[in-house]
Amino acid sequence: MSAPLMKRLVEARSKRDVSRVAEAIPYAKWMGIAPENSTGELLTRMRYRETLIGNTHLPAIHGGTLGALLEMAAIFHLLWETEAQTVPKIVNITVDYLRSAGPRDVIAAAKVTKQGRRMVNVFAEAWQDDRSRPVASASAHFLVTAADEPPSL
Amino acid sequence: MAKSPPSAPSLTTPQERVAFFQQLFSDLIPHNKALGLKVVAVARGIASMQLDWRKELVGNPESGVLAGGPITAMLDACCGMSVATMLKDPKPFATLDLRIDYARPATPRKPVIAEAECYRITRSVAFTRAIAHQGDPKDPVAAAAGTFMLGTKGEVTRPQAVGRELMK
Repeated sequence: MSAPLMKRLVEARSKRDVSRVAEAIPYAKWMGIAPENSTGELLTRMRYRETLIGNTHLPAIHGGTLGALLEMAAIFHLLWETEAQTVPKIVNITVDYLRSAGPRDVIAAAKVTKQGRRMVNVFAEAWQDDRSRPVASASAHFLVTAADEPPSL
Repeated sequence: MAKSPPSAPSLTTPQERVAFFQQLFSDLIPHNKALGLKVVAVARGIASMQLDWRKELVGNPESGVLAGGPITAMLDACCGMSVATMLKDPKPFATLDLRIDYARPATPRKPVIAEAECYRITRSVAFTRAIAHQGDPKDPVAAAAGTFMLGTKGEVTRPQAVGRELMK
């Protein structure tokens, strides 16, 4: 488990400001991925920058970064909306690519499909201008107890 | 290093091939370049890339373990490159879906190597599989299965048109 991250989570919860959680994760900072809850719903935003591009002709955002966003959105959801005491460990993820994503911010939301004692199934969806036209969706499994093998984050 | 894409290179030695693919699949693709992906091997239906450990790519600052995201992006890129090597007639393609099993945490400060194979290609769909490891393919960090839709919208990009040259 990551002590700085769990400490950050406790601080963020006391201030009701989820955006602080991402600051403890170097990769999230590097990617411009951060959660926000200004609307009352937990959303995760990936801020557009040129280094996210995978196809310069269209142009379109790299599919790998959409997978990364959906995975981070699922993790932030589990940290914020459930009583997680440890950082969830990802077991696997399946990403469906639905449309090409243009050179703009991408927003993602996640929900728990099934909460078990050790395993959680999460569904996440990402969109740009229109939430009813998602660019990608994913379903992922996470271990939520401390002792097991797969990586956290 | 703002060279224009090479058009008709000599691809006679493995080193020349790797250098050419490095330019097309990493240097000219902004996100792959940002990750610092290195093409390490290429052949018809086969692609291999390397991701070096960097502190910006870490998911857990306590342990120094890489986040899943950079590995996901490399596996997507590597599977895509394996598809490009199979296309006799250039056409645009895009990832349809990608499944990743995270078998174990990547050991910090060690590079991660992806090996992808395009094992079947039809008119509309290409099927790929890949693993990510740190030197021993029998001890993988992650395993992936990706499918790609062929003949998608837009123009053929230079990387997507590389298959013909490889078959010369």
